[in-house]
Amino acid sequence: MKSSHQIEFAAGVFLLLGIAALIFLALQATNGGNFNGGTYRLVADFSNIGGLKPRAPVSLGGVRIGTVESIELDPISFDARVTLAIDNEYDQLPDDSSAAILTSGILGDQYIGLEPGGSPDALQDGDRLLITSSAVVLEQLISRYLLNNDGDSP
Amino acid sequence: MTPAAEGNILTRPIAQLGQALVFLFTALSRMRLSRLQLGETLRQTYFVGVRSLVIIITCGFFVGLVLTLQTYDTLTRFGAGDAVSTVLSLSLFRELGPVLTAILFAGRAGTSVTAEIGLMKATEQLDALELMAIDPMERIVQPRLLAGLLAVPVLTLIFNLTALLGGVVFGIFMMGIDSNVFWGNMQSSVELGRDFGGGMFKAVAFGFLASWLAVYYGWTCKPTGEGVALATTQTVIATAIAVLLLDFVMTAMML
Repeated sequence: MKSSHQIEFAAGVFLLLGIAALIFLALQATNGGNFNGGTYRLVADFSNIGGLKPRAPVSLGGVRIGTVESIELDPISFDARVTLAIDNEYDQLPDDSSAAILTSGILGDQYIGLEPGGSPDALQDGDRLLITSSAVVLEQLISRYLLNNDGDSP
Repeated sequence: MTPAAEGNILTRPIAQLGQALVFLFTALSRMRLSRLQLGETLRQTYFVGVRSLVIIITCGFFVGLVLTLQTYDTLTRFGAGDAVSTVLSLSLFRELGPVLTAILFAGRAGTSVTAEIGLMKATEQLDALELMAIDPMERIVQPRLLAGLLAVPVLTLIFNLTALLGGVVFGIFMMGIDSNVFWGNMQSSVELGRDFGGGMFKAVAFGFLASWLAVYYGWTCKPTGEGVALATTQTVIATAIAVLLLDFVMTAMML
């Protein structure tokens, strides 16, 4: 039988081991390790968002700079209003930047790609992206192609 | 208290459930912060936690290894072998870590708690404590409840850690996945609060459930050799069923 001191010491080591595992897993294996001082909101209206979902990535030049926070339908214009949460690190986006809904690969998930403009003024929290292009819906593309095709060319 | 034995096959489990709830409320209502047996809780944490480390680490490592092996084999058919760390980490953090830890905990530590309390009852030690004006609820039951509540989340963390280590050994060292890709895919797909935090919340709930059932079956067993043996078996069965059931309910609520 071990002495009571040894047992308490082992139990203490056990709990410390748990805390160490918690810190390691939280920092190394989750997205919690790269906090960079919060996010700010941008709004973009699309006529069709295709299969875009909340938490989809927002990227610029292929680099992930934020996520889709929420998607709602504007009750008056019937546009889909997408709220983006952009990392505060990237607060110098020109205010004539454009947003497009793109697909990674043929069957991949949809994401929002931003294209920077040339304006000297930066977008602020709550601003709206004026130039947007909607998702390409594959079915519409196919039907358009079939209807425009008059039969002799492939 | 003796096991709820009256009634037929349908009413007996319901009576047992009610008895377990009454037992839990009695134990919790007699809990006084000023008289919390912290030293005894720590000692019990040693018995149920530290003593379970070997089985948790061994099982965790091999679960991580085999999970990576299986998913890597399937994912490479679709040319998505790099996604193996995403599958591994999400299934571990959300489900396998808490559930397997709780079931292993029931087998390793829950049974020993049940048998210990059952034997104390059979040898009339609990009555002796009461004669000395020591409340066995306070002295025996509460430290073991708290110890399980403390130990299962810690064991879950260690299980997750060693399972990831198994994944690293197979994925990075044996299959040659780039380690930056491995960790990067994991970091971009696991959300700290939702996936990792949700799994740890489950671990706390399962720890509470496992230690509650272990103490309950020990406390209510028949004070004979057979009674203790039966109670020990019941602890494992009841914990496994309850954990899997609760896991389904919690997953449905969280997703």
